[in-house]
Amino acid sequence: MNQILIAVIIVAGIGILAGALLAILSKIMAVPVDEKAAALEEILPGANCGACGFSGCSGYAAALSGGKTENTGLCAPGGNEVSAKIAEIMGLAAENIEPMTALVFCHGNNDNAKKKMVYSGVASCKMATQLFGGDKACIYGCLGLGDCVSECPYDAIQICNGAAVVNPTLCRACKRCVNVCPKHIIELVPKSHATAAVLCKNHDKGALTRKECSVGCIGCTKCVKACPNGAISMDKNAAVVDHAKCTGCGACVEGCPTGAIGLIMKD
Amino acid sequence: MKFYIALLIMGILTSNFVLSKFLGICPFLGVSKKLNTAVGMSAAVIFVMLLATAATFPLNKLLEKYDLGYLQTIVFILVIAALVQIVEIVMKKYIKPLYNALGIYLPLITTNCAVLGVVILNIDNIAEYASQGVTYGFGHAMVNSFAAGAGFMLAMVIFAGVRSKLETADVPKFMQGLPITLVAASIVSLSFLGFTGLVEGLGLLG
Repeated sequence: MNQILIAVIIVAGIGILAGALLAILSKIMAVPVDEKAAALEEILPGANCGACGFSGCSGYAAALSGGKTENTGLCAPGGNEVSAKIAEIMGLAAENIEPMTALVFCHGNNDNAKKKMVYSGVASCKMATQLFGGDKACIYGCLGLGDCVSECPYDAIQICNGAAVVNPTLCRACKRCVNVCPKHIIELVPKSHATAAVLCKNHDKGALTRKECSVGCIGCTKCVKACPNGAISMDKNAAVVDHAKCTGCGACVEGCPTGAIGLIMKD
Repeated sequence: MKFYIALLIMGILTSNFVLSKFLGICPFLGVSKKLNTAVGMSAAVIFVMLLATAATFPLNKLLEKYDLGYLQTIVFILVIAALVQIVEIVMKKYIKPLYNALGIYLPLITTNCAVLGVVILNIDNIAEYASQGVTYGFGHAMVNSFAAGAGFMLAMVIFAGVRSKLETADVPKFMQGLPITLVAASIVSLSFLGFTGLVEGLGLLG
């Protein structure tokens, strides 16, 4: 009996001693946890896409709670819903986020665009670009090797017949594809209203463009004249639509001889 | 003095905890990817080993006094767990980057067999050396624990170097990841067989 009692006392004693020591230490050494930052991180989508310009969602949460930024509207993937929730926690005015989608400004797929060589190197647009600007005859066009596809955290981009296509319903406008595209042909366009977009960034003279691709912008300026709102201007042989002015009437689409202009519908 | 040097050489080289006794393999494979986390983890392990030995070696006297040797494992685990918690709290407060880098492996020191191994081996050593006519006291136990920790660190650092080479190596697909890591670990372990007989050869053990 005595034997068991001593064993119990010793083990229990050590346990209580260790427990008390830990309890005291955890009080003395307590690290203050930023509750606001933790709450904000819960709200943020958690995709760590970096659209806000901080190192992931926890970075943005820390910047908000630490007072480094007061802009609640930096999380494009979260949209207005997240912006409103952040504003509620932080006691700031909710910033309005215009819903945007990425758009590949090239639809020169394997049927439309000619190739100047057979490329059988590394399947990466960045690599292919370094070799005479890629296999497409047009050096401005989409190479369709999918750097944007692998970069997209939302699986919103696909390669269709040799050219990348963004699915606007899946796109959360995080800009990762915009930054990764070596041809710089991906841009954000508004989703809130219908707008036209010239799906070509070819700055060559019209005759040359025609030889390279059947759907390229040849710089004929027909769309500029057709537009009733003056939303289209020319930039080095390629038409550019001002999305703020464009009403999505479609006059330019009808006027385009090569079919380079596309209409992006609302949502 | 000779005995202390013998203990150091044995712990670090001839009977290295990771590479000869195969204790503490989990952090050895888990945290050896980067050199700085490997060193941080090893430092934490050395610290815990020393603390654990300092706490358990006298405690063993108490256990033996009441003939409670059978409670050894439970009591030691309890002490080690408390010590690891303390290290964790202190580290979280003062060395936050290391705390973040070690992640789950820090609490796992609690169940690190190397730590429990070293304290139990220290107790076993008392009887073993007594049979050879050598007294094995608290000082020896502390040196032995430090040597075990330093051996762990040596293995971690060497292996971190090996793994950094593996990163750039052209490994066949079926061997990528853990398989090639385990093969590399076994080769490093094999190389430590070369130290066998070093202590006896130097005549450090009586």
